[in-house]
This record gives sequence, C-alpha cells and structure tokens, in this order.
Amino acid sequence: MKLKLKIWRQKNASAKGQMVDYDVSDISEHMSFLEMMDVLNEQLISKGEDPIAFDHDCREGICGMCSMYINGEAHGPDRGITTCQLHMRMFKDGDTITIEPFRAAAFPVIKDLVVDRSAFDRIQQAGGYISVNTSGNTQDANTIPISKHAADEAMDAATCIGCGACVATCKNSSAMLFVGAKVSQYALLPQGQIEAVDRVKNMVAQMDLEGFGNCTNTGACEIECPKGISLDTIARMNRELMKAHI
Amino acid sequence: MGGFFKSSIGRKVAMALSAFFLMFFLIIHLTVNMTSVFSADLFNELSHFMGTNPLVQFALQPVLLFGVVFHFVLGFILEWKNKKARKVTYFKNNGAANSTWMSRNMMYSGLVILAFLVIHFADFWVHEINVKYINVEPADPTRYYHELVEKFVPIWRVVAYSVAFILLGLHLGHGFTSAFQSMGSTAGRKRALQNLGKAYAVIIPLGFIIIALYHHFNHH
Repeated sequence: MKLKLKIWRQKNASAKGQMVDYDVSDISEHMSFLEMMDVLNEQLISKGEDPIAFDHDCREGICGMCSMYINGEAHGPDRGITTCQLHMRMFKDGDTITIEPFRAAAFPVIKDLVVDRSAFDRIQQAGGYISVNTSGNTQDANTIPISKHAADEAMDAATCIGCGACVATCKNSSAMLFVGAKVSQYALLPQGQIEAVDRVKNMVAQMDLEGFGNCTNTGACEIECPKGISLDTIARMNRELMKAHI
Repeated sequence: MGGFFKSSIGRKVAMALSAFFLMFFLIIHLTVNMTSVFSADLFNELSHFMGTNPLVQFALQPVLLFGVVFHFVLGFILEWKNKKARKVTYFKNNGAANSTWMSRNMMYSGLVILAFLVIHFADFWVHEINVKYINVEPADPTRYYHELVEKFVPIWRVVAYSVAFILLGLHLGHGFTSAFQSMGSTAGRKRALQNLGKAYAVIIPLGFIIIALYHHFNHH
C-alpha cells in the first residue's frame, strides 16, 4: 500500500505546530498502525530527518499510551481498540490519513503526537485508591462477600486503561468517563465505602482544577473508549457526588 | 451544598433541574394551547385564569422567567468553558462517527429557541403587560383566542414557528435523556427513558406545530 499522511509536527511544548504531508510506501495491510509509523520513521531517519515522536509501550492494547487522533477519531476508525490494535487493512491503497495528537488544554503536547496526560495521574492521586492495612494482619479480600453482579460491574469499570481517548473525543474535552470509571470501580465494592465521600469529592475537584470541560452527555466517549467503559459510570459518579454532598 | 453547585457535576445537575422544570412547563403550555383547537371558550377561560390569577402571575411567572434565563445563561457559560478546554482544535474531526448531530449542537438549537422566545415575548408577554399595566384596557376575557389566531394568519409566522419547534424537538431529543443521565439515572431505566424521551421530543413540538397549522388553514 501507498499512503498519503498528514501528521501534526511540533518541536516542543512551546513551539507552534503544523500539519506536514508525508508519502509512505511498502505498507502491508497486515501491519498495525504503529508499525506503519515505524516504517515512516525508518524512511525519515534514512533521509536524515527528525522521526515523528509518538507514545507507545505494550503494543497489545493494555498500556493506553498510543494517543493518536486518526482521521478525526481517537485511535482511528475501528471500535474497542487502541492505536496499536488498529490494522492497516482498515485503509485502502492511496488513502490520505490525518494523524493528530489528543487535543485538550489539560493534555498539552510535549512533542509531535506525544501529549502529557499526567493530569489523569493527579486525579487518581486525589482519591483513586483504597487504604489497606499492609502491616501483616491484612484481611483476606475473599472473606468479604460481594455479589457477582457488583464484582462484574466493578471489574468492567476497572478495565479503564487511562488512555485519554474519552477526553480527546469529547467535544468539551471532558474527563468524566475516566473519572466515572475510577470512582465506580470502588463505589461498587465494600472496600471502597470507607473513603467514598472524600474520594468522589476530591477526584471531581481535581478534574475541574485540571481544566477539563463539562460533560454534555453526547456519548462519544463511550463509543470511542477502547475498553467499552459505559456512560453508566458517569451517572454513578453523579449519584456518588450528590450523595457525598447531602 | 454550595460547593456542589460550583463543581462541574453540580452545574450539570443545575442544568438538568432547570430542564425538568421547563419540560414540565411545556406540557402545561401545550395542553392550554391545544384547547384552542377544540373550544375557543375553554381557551379564553384558561388564558384569562392564567393571565389574572395572582398565584400564576406573581409566583409562578417569575419562577418561570428565572428558569428560562437560568437555563440559557448557564448553558452559555458552560459552552464557553467547554470551548476553553480545547485551545487548539482538530484539523480533522469526525464528530458524526460517535455522536448525534443534536447532542453536539445543543447550543445552536438553543439559540434558535432563544430567538423564537424573543418574538414570542414581544408578541404576547409585552402585549399583556401593556394591556394590563401601562395602557390599561378594559378587561376582555374573550380576547385571547383572537389574539392567538391572528398570529397564525401570515404564512411566514407559521413557517418560522414550525422551524423553531423542529429545533426544539432536536434540543429535547438529546436534552430529555441527557437531563436524566446528569441526575444519575440508573442503567436499568436507560431504555425506557430513551423511548420516553423520543416520544416527548416528537409529541411536544408536533402538538404546537399542528395547532399553528390548524389555525392558519381554518382562518385564512
């Protein structure tokens, strides 16, 4: 396959970036999108040009690092996948593909397609945990009865990998699907109850402080989420915050 | 609770609560207007009651005005804040791939409704205030029906009215379920609410449009 690429190039956080056109050839339809980027970078390096910086780590859909906005969608046109799981068979020979970094004021660009998502870390640090006594007399978690339904729902929420596709997709750059998932995974379990009030208050306060937008329930995040996190987690977070204030 | 309404979620809840109030008001307004199709006398009677009852005039009407202004102002503030949350916009964004047009354009459907309300207030509310308090005319409990019907004689009014209500339908098509979602509605009720929302978003605007068409074609 031969492809035309329009890629966001930006030297550093303070530089002004722009879309730059590239032609890439020798692309197999069996390659992943990141492998296609590798081929392009090899070509750039052999020509003595600066390769395109992009985040990647596990390349198996677990780490959530590969933050690319491809043809107007987070992680590209397929569903339930990260960029590394997107295959070139989704495109046709001769296609033009636009590749941009995830855009949000709270996700500043570091270089090219690499964005700083540490805002998510700070939200997590504000309350996305439970305090467990690890001094040697820790209670066996299996002795606490939890319904299958609650365990399944908590696990569904916990599958969030914090990739930021929800923010990138949301027309308001809202982080509510991420925070909703993180609040939900604890709100559904008995271990999460003790710190429930502070957790939701602090995580929502940190989310607002980071400069994410307000959710308008378009549902775009749920569609683009590689892990299928449901809007129901946002509704649960809303309930949790209301409960915490009453 | 003060801190709650300062949070992003608190503001969503405030939008939802004002939306519930306005959606309830729309049902009442449609019901009263619908009587004009069946009985001029009943419509006059209800309108006269609404226009002269002190509870409606001095308690409910200010609450309604507040509700309308609140919903618009907070909507604009949130839209402005949301725009600020993405300083560099996408070169290519395929919004239609993952969300409905109506959910992405609540601001624009809202602006059309606002433009409609400006005309609506100039037509009826300003007129009412004028007749009752400024250039006081003798009370005529039968004037309302004719005032309503004459508004629907010019075709441009009927067309503009219908367009505004189609946009209201699109606003409600997203707004109804969105308000429940913001209030933390549980997953089990999702399907029922979606169906109810669709029905509400069609029936309310269609009702108003039918009334406009009825009077236009029956009195012209």
